[in-house]
Amino acid sequence: MTRLNGGLIDRSQTLSFSFDGKSYRGHPGDTLASALLANDQRLVGRSFKYHRPRGVISAGSEEPNALVELRNGARQEPNTRATVTELFEGLVANSQNHMGRLEFDLLAVNDWLAPFFAAGFYYKTFMWPKAFWEKLYEPAIRRAAGLGSLSLQPDPDAYDKGFLHCDLLVIGGGAAGLAAALTAARSGAQVILVDEDFRLGGRLLAESHALNDAPAVGWIAGVEAEFATLPNLRVMRRTTVFGAYDHGIFGAVERVSDHLATPGKRVRQTLWRITTKHSILAAGATERHIPFANNDRPGVMLAGAMRAYANRWAVSAAQRVAIFTNNNDGHRTACDLVAKGVDIAGVIDTRSDAKSLGAYPLYAGAVVSNSRGRLGLRKIEVTRNGQTQWLSCGALGVSGGWNPNVHLSSHHRGRPVWSEALQAFVPGIGGPPGLSVAGAALGQGSTQAALISGAEAARDALVDLGIPATLPVLPHAEDAPQTLQSYWHVPGKPRAWVDFQNDVTVKDITLAHQENMRPVEHLKRWTTLGMATDQGKTANVTALAVMAELTGKSIPETGTTMFRPPYTGVSLSVLGGGDSGEDFRPRRLTPTHDWAAAQGAVFVEAGPWMRAQYYPRAGETHWRQSVDREVLATRAGVGLCDVTTLGKVDVQGADAGEFLNRIYANGMKTLQVGRVRYGLMLREDGFAYDDGTCARLGEDHYVVTTTTAQAGAIYRHLEFARQCLWPELEVHLISTTDAWAQIAVAGPKSRALLEQVVDDFDLSNAGFPFMACAGLTVCNGLRARLFRISFSGELAYEIAVPARYGTALMARLVALGKDLGATPYGTEALGVLRIEKGHAAGNELNGQTTAQMLGMGRMVSTKKDSVGAVMSRREGLVGETRVLVGLQPLDPSLPVVAGAHLFAEGAAPKTETDQGWITSACFSPHVGSAIGLGFLADGAARIGEVVVAANPLERQSVKLRVVPPHFVDPEGGRLRV
Amino acid sequence: MLIPHPLLGLRDAQEFVYLGDASLLNRPDGMAEGAAEAFGDYVYLRDNPAGVHRELWFHEQGDRSWLVVTRDTTTHEILGAELARDVALAAKGGAA
Repeated sequence: MTRLNGGLIDRSQTLSFSFDGKSYRGHPGDTLASALLANDQRLVGRSFKYHRPRGVISAGSEEPNALVELRNGARQEPNTRATVTELFEGLVANSQNHMGRLEFDLLAVNDWLAPFFAAGFYYKTFMWPKAFWEKLYEPAIRRAAGLGSLSLQPDPDAYDKGFLHCDLLVIGGGAAGLAAALTAARSGAQVILVDEDFRLGGRLLAESHALNDAPAVGWIAGVEAEFATLPNLRVMRRTTVFGAYDHGIFGAVERVSDHLATPGKRVRQTLWRITTKHSILAAGATERHIPFANNDRPGVMLAGAMRAYANRWAVSAAQRVAIFTNNNDGHRTACDLVAKGVDIAGVIDTRSDAKSLGAYPLYAGAVVSNSRGRLGLRKIEVTRNGQTQWLSCGALGVSGGWNPNVHLSSHHRGRPVWSEALQAFVPGIGGPPGLSVAGAALGQGSTQAALISGAEAARDALVDLGIPATLPVLPHAEDAPQTLQSYWHVPGKPRAWVDFQNDVTVKDITLAHQENMRPVEHLKRWTTLGMATDQGKTANVTALAVMAELTGKSIPETGTTMFRPPYTGVSLSVLGGGDSGEDFRPRRLTPTHDWAAAQGAVFVEAGPWMRAQYYPRAGETHWRQSVDREVLATRAGVGLCDVTTLGKVDVQGADAGEFLNRIYANGMKTLQVGRVRYGLMLREDGFAYDDGTCARLGEDHYVVTTTTAQAGAIYRHLEFARQCLWPELEVHLISTTDAWAQIAVAGPKSRALLEQVVDDFDLSNAGFPFMACAGLTVCNGLRARLFRISFSGELAYEIAVPARYGTALMARLVALGKDLGATPYGTEALGVLRIEKGHAAGNELNGQTTAQMLGMGRMVSTKKDSVGAVMSRREGLVGETRVLVGLQPLDPSLPVVAGAHLFAEGAAPKTETDQGWITSACFSPHVGSAIGLGFLADGAARIGEVVVAANPLERQSVKLRVVPPHFVDPEGGRLRV
Repeated sequence: MLIPHPLLGLRDAQEFVYLGDASLLNRPDGMAEGAAEAFGDYVYLRDNPAGVHRELWFHEQGDRSWLVVTRDTTTHEILGAELARDVALAAKGGAA
């Protein structure tokens, strides 16, 4: 065990966990990475392309190397960063991206084949033959270059989404963020403080510096105690703000229970949408490394991370370590490690005038030029003035300076600018409005500067909002100036890694330069630099510097690094926010749903609705048996079907008739009160939009019905017409789809059944003829609406009652109709009945058909202007000859398949000879065979002809006779009895 | 995005359904001379500016108002929002 003294871990408790099947121990407060290091496990994975042994590099979310498959079973998650994975009892992790054992990866052969895997090798190598790509190259590459594997099981956890609003959002809970939140929260503003870590403090937790001559954790504890008393402040730990969006909206993911073995009754993660007036980015900085030959061995890590492991997690990656630096920050790590009793092999500083700041050997004006150690660092080669020597060490901390975490500030086309003084990109102009940057993210790297800049940024933001704020008394802290000599990579022949996760080396960048892939955009795509899950957080700026050196240009001339959301990976599950499976969208239930369920109905999704599909009875083993029975019972007696889902729009006002005249292709103004008319709506481009009935209940009162699927769109369309096209008309609309339960009562005995429920109402054919409508009362005083309309072709009615009475009415009708054979039917029978009658429905009104095709061309009035009327008379639409016909197989045992295309007998089935297609098909118990509806070229003139329905998907070809589209009662006599 | 609804204040764009160019308000008269050509333009021709754009949004999850929103398509800055009904009435000479 390489545990040191101190640290912010709870040694009173021990947690056991496993890595690659082996058991280890850690403590609460550990991350998986710190616990692995504490157990001397430097090797944690294999690299993406070359399968090189890799270890932990960082102590934060920028980690490119230490990616593991966390958990097992359905919860297994690949590419999880060990550096931000909180340790919990029973944690199971496995290394990834290797074949065979981690220590002896068979695919490490890729490393020997490295010359073949240079930049752009995909583009160059797998060009030919084309057919090989899908079958051979891609599967092989995917297997070799995977980044972990999926469980292939459904995600068992729940996710949620939430909305928050505030005056000020503070992103980052380090020195700057805490000072900003404290300043703002004391002023009374609504403040949200978000930090990705499970503990507030940021770099303060990783440093040994004192605040007011006491450990920083004391000051943090005091601030947190005050936070707890401020109701206007919400502190969100384990939460990552991943993107800045329009108008002050930020996306954040809270890892609610990722630190637990299983979420239990809680959600796993929550997607937060935070709307704020101002925001402060205090995301700190990410240390950069200095590429040198073989700099990717386990044990080589960032010096600041090494210091964090020592101070916060009481871990050293090895007993004896070295530091390679171009600035004083590396010396700080050496000093802290010395204080913890770690043996320092040496501090190798590129600066020839570097001064030692502690008790360790200093190699000034020197570089680390190579390393050894197959599965972990054993020694480093130090070169000074052309002289080389080897130093033994188990870990090397590299410090090449710090890059401000400008990411969110560049999410709105903000361009970072190069700071010559800091030798880093800092937030520039542009970026999300209302976002200011503080602390190390702004290049204010000292603790004192970070505290002050955070507090000032908060005060300035509040002044902008008109909220008076005063700066808090901030603790005294270190204020060491940045001392850095830019040094980007150590020249040398062996490979020196720039992007660890995607295995991009200095050589690859050199090759990209040679091949003229010099703009950063090309460099990125040619080498895959920065395209891995870490998005090049530790690589991009260094790569840019290497390219700048090769082109002889300055870094800002070479390019800049832009960042897009997300800051770190976001799972699709949490973006869905729980909207999956049954919760994918709202499920609407019809008024009679529970009643139908009690009858044993099978349900089907119809748009957002669940509708009864059919009602199986004892002894029925196939759905067709139930459906045929329901159809025959309706045609012989009376059937009942809940048709509430059809859209209903109440249209009222003095100009209601004029309004509907402009909406429908056919006239509605002349409709008499108490009558219903079939109506066809067109889209403005002249194609058929929707159909339904329009009932006139009063002089100024119409009720429009729409199809179930288009109910929402038609309502929107009607409001568009009312508000945008003809605002001068006095007309008002309201959707009443959910207000009225509507039941179709169809069949020759429907009148006999309804007579038993209406209150003193004349239902005779003369008193209430076909296409009549009326308001009335039923069942002793219940207000209702009755429409004598028919979708089935039988004598039929639709009766509407307030939605809450839907179930009671259905139950009453079934009970009263027992002797009449009243039979509830579902959507399948509804479909069969309407196909038999030749009524168009969604399949025929699919947005690609016209009134003419539907056989309703003459309904489009030329005497008035209505939506789509002008365009429906276009040459191309008028010339359309395909019309709706009925189709019946010559051999009654053969099926009719919707979607099959129609051809003349003997014609080769291809696009040129295509004559139409089948839109709807079913088995008709009335006809005794399958039947279909379809659009056929010149169909009206071809009644009696035989055509062929080709269904190449099932290698079927069936001869069909063309018949009129009405299989039942073509004269319509049954409707009018 | 947030849309400043003239009656309801700032509302989340998720509450709205987008339609497109506000030129859809200018529907030609279907009974007039040259209606076929006018409708061809009305239905199919749209400007697609990079910059200030007037467009129609429907507050479907709200008060069901159609709005004319003026938005800069390059920055998503919302420069204004009016009730489409008011805009249409004004275009018709204030007829009510």
